[in-house]
Amino acid sequence: MEGLIGRKIGMTQVYDEKGRRVTVTVIQAGPCPVVQVKTPETDGYSAAQLGFDEQKPSRLPKAEVKHFEKAGVKPCKLTKEFAFDADETVKEGDLVTVNIFDGVKLVDVSGVTKGRGFAGVVRRYRMRGGPMTHGGHSKRRVGSIGARDLPGWVDKGKRMPGHKGDVNRKVRNLLIVQVRPEDNLLLVEGSIPGAKGGYVFICKALKK
Amino acid sequence: MISKAIDKINAEQIAKATEKKAKPEFAIGDSVKVHVRIKEGEKERVQIFAGTVIARDGASSSTATFTVRRISFGVGVEKVFPLYSPFIDKVEVERSGKTRRAKLYYLRDLTGKKAKLREVK
Repeated sequence: MEGLIGRKIGMTQVYDEKGRRVTVTVIQAGPCPVVQVKTPETDGYSAAQLGFDEQKPSRLPKAEVKHFEKAGVKPCKLTKEFAFDADETVKEGDLVTVNIFDGVKLVDVSGVTKGRGFAGVVRRYRMRGGPMTHGGHSKRRVGSIGARDLPGWVDKGKRMPGHKGDVNRKVRNLLIVQVRPEDNLLLVEGSIPGAKGGYVFICKALKK
Repeated sequence: MISKAIDKINAEQIAKATEKKAKPEFAIGDSVKVHVRIKEGEKERVQIFAGTVIARDGASSSTATFTVRRISFGVGVEKVFPLYSPFIDKVEVERSGKTRRAKLYYLRDLTGKKAKLREVK
């Protein structure tokens, strides 16, 4: 299996075998039931739809409840498709656990970053702003947003104040420090997007 | 539930660190000798950093650290050690100083005799 759905639990420090102090993010990774298997014959591609985090059936549309029933798994809050290797056999109802990362060195983790609300350009794009002293009047302002008559408009995509955060982001090539199958936990070096308790998708590293 | 998983990991870290050697026992204001294992290329040796403990951070956490201050060649030097680091062999307490606060940052502004703490007997 290519990856798993997980939940960010928090950060701490552990010592690795060299005695190095490593800052790690603890992720609850799976277990994810296989809800649906997509095959080249019926769907044109092969993938497994995984579910994560149980949900009461009464809180889901009937169609979705039936979808989970068909696979014989408990209803989930979240589903996502993951590719799997050709030599793997995946059945509906199977449980995919964190063990898929055994022997894997690097992973990519994607999630939704923390929302920062409406932010100015200094905070949002790390612009320098104007001088704070010596009579500066554009302390945290955008500054110039273009010329006047030529071209007569503001460039598309010009960086301006606005909503910061709450967007999908992926961090690539995070080192796996520990796989703990007994607690369904994955420890990766460094930070990942989102708040504690937020959903994340963990994939084996694409590049490298 | 969220913190439980992390608590377990942290407890494991402490257990692993205190398995072979006891948790270093010392207090704020103590003059200590910290035995640190240092790797130089292939060779490993023990270096001693002697000074006064001026701060402890992290209380009972597995990420706890302590700060040791000493005057080296007339220059104040402070080192922050992780309490459970595998590189710390032991912490010897030479003498205990009398303190009235938890963080002795005021020692940074004092030199000579004034920077000395009265000994607790």
